Amino acid sequence: MRLPAPNALVGGTLIGFLGIVAAVSSVWTPYDPLRLSFRAKLAAPSATHWLGTDEFGRDVLSRLMAGAATSVWISLLTVALAVSLGTVIGLFSGYVRGWVDRTIMAFNDALLAFPGILLALGLLAVVGANKYGIILALGIAYAPSVARIVRGTVLSLREREFISASRVMGNSEGFTMARHILPNCIAPLTVLATSMFGWVLLAESSLSFLGLGVPPPAPTWGNMLAGSRPYIGQAVWLGIFPGLCISLTLLGINLLGDALRDKLDPRMRGAR
Amino acid sequence: MLRFALTRILMSVPTLLIVSISVFGLIRLIPGDPASLMLGDLATPASIADLQARLGLDQSVPVQFGIWFGNLLKGDLGQSINSQQAVLPLILQRFWISAQIVLVAVALASLVAVPAGVLAAWKQDTSLDLSLVAVATLLLSIPTFWLGLLLLLFFGLKLEWLPVVGYVSIAENPIAGILYLIMPIMTLFLHEIGVILRMARASTLEVLRLDYITHARAKGLTESAVLWNHAFKNAFGPTWTLIGLVLGNLLGGIAVVETVFTIPGLGRLLVDSIFARDYPVIQGCMLFVAFTYVLVNLVIDLCYPIFDPRVTAQ
Repeated sequence: MRLPAPNALVGGTLIGFLGIVAAVSSVWTPYDPLRLSFRAKLAAPSATHWLGTDEFGRDVLSRLMAGAATSVWISLLTVALAVSLGTVIGLFSGYVRGWVDRTIMAFNDALLAFPGILLALGLLAVVGANKYGIILALGIAYAPSVARIVRGTVLSLREREFISASRVMGNSEGFTMARHILPNCIAPLTVLATSMFGWVLLAESSLSFLGLGVPPPAPTWGNMLAGSRPYIGQAVWLGIFPGLCISLTLLGINLLGDALRDKLDPRMRGAR
Repeated sequence: MLRFALTRILMSVPTLLIVSISVFGLIRLIPGDPASLMLGDLATPASIADLQARLGLDQSVPVQFGIWFGNLLKGDLGQSINSQQAVLPLILQRFWISAQIVLVAVALASLVAVPAGVLAAWKQDTSLDLSLVAVATLLLSIPTFWLGLLLLLFFGLKLEWLPVVGYVSIAENPIAGILYLIMPIMTLFLHEIGVILRMARASTLEVLRLDYITHARAKGLTESAVLWNHAFKNAFGPTWTLIGLVLGNLLGGIAVVETVFTIPGLGRLLVDSIFARDYPVIQGCMLFVAFTYVLVNLVIDLCYPIFDPRVTAQ
């Protein structure tokens, strides 16, 4: 058996670790991430608090762990929403063709003309800045790129022999779509969904950093960083660890994404 | 060439129109009467009724859009609820601040990252290539708001070389103005190096595998002639397009960097307006950034034939 590529190995390890931490934190954290302790305010990393405490004396490690769970859940749900929404739109548009398809795709492409985070900001202004608002806003903001890929796959496949064969056999259009066209979308969608997980996690952290994401006291890496700003001169650890967590996660996703693209995109095979 | 330019310009018209419809629709999605939303909590019934009449709220939605779009074409984006200022001048004033940061950062990043990416592709799989890719992937993975915070911590608080936060207009005080801009520019510069280097490397690699490169080498051309005269011209296209996308994305995402360094730019204006529910400004910012994004990409595409004349062929 060949060893996996080094970028897949490192990326997989980082993301696997993130998954484990997120899972563990939902049942156990060293301290209650929300418990205040004014005696242990702004304590430097030590044996009792490995990564120190924040301005309210809350344990940073526990908050980082709880933040991991929040970020992973939000990102997973958002990607799921974007992929399902985009797939339905793409399949429908590619299937009906004609002017309906052209209109849908014109709107789709115009939405792609907004930078993703901008569209999310605009939608947040409408749906309200909270956990569900973020999922909805980012899910809608990232759906158009999915729709584009799915529609492209539908159009490129629908005249192929195996699709006509399925029709000739008397299968319904819906069955043909689900059984023969959809599976061919999975490879490109996997690559896209992996990168998207990274984009969404970054967008969620950015929004939380701006104060438009998950509202405090619930910890997320983004709002922990935002909270660290006034104290960064005296409590460096507050500004270091949450950023490190975001960066390592994004690094993991980027490496994993590269590895997946090398494997699934035949044009890049051999180019490494 | 002219035909290419005209087609490309015409193609962006429907996009701009649909972008406008989307932004118009977005604000209408908010429950409540648009006129009351636009005027805020302190509005009097008389002023609400007046605005309702001006927006044509008693008429059908397409007519409302027509009135709104007509004002848009005249540059009238309404009035800020908070400051009572007209929205467009407010945006332009903030845009200039953000634009100088973004443009300088992206230009510098391209100057460094494009040659580095081509070099990495040329030396594929050597330790030079691997280290360049590793550095680029690392830089790409660090979110700008954390990178900014780290720079601030190191150059501002520890070494005390640079002013920590704030903004001084370059026109008022050129030296202080530049000092305040160094860290925000450096933040975006470092981040975008990662993005651009990887693209430049990937597109050069694709070109280097083509037959005409083998042919150029077989003719006995020097490696640098093969690389710069033959490979680079064709490989630069995707990177050039990416630079356009990066410019637009930064305008949308610059709010976090402006927050780190307390710079009163366009991103901060949008975020503050969301907090304040200042809908005319939110709407204006979204339209402005999306229009700029479309226009930047249009300009990028129009420059394309300069190094790759093939795109003008039908």
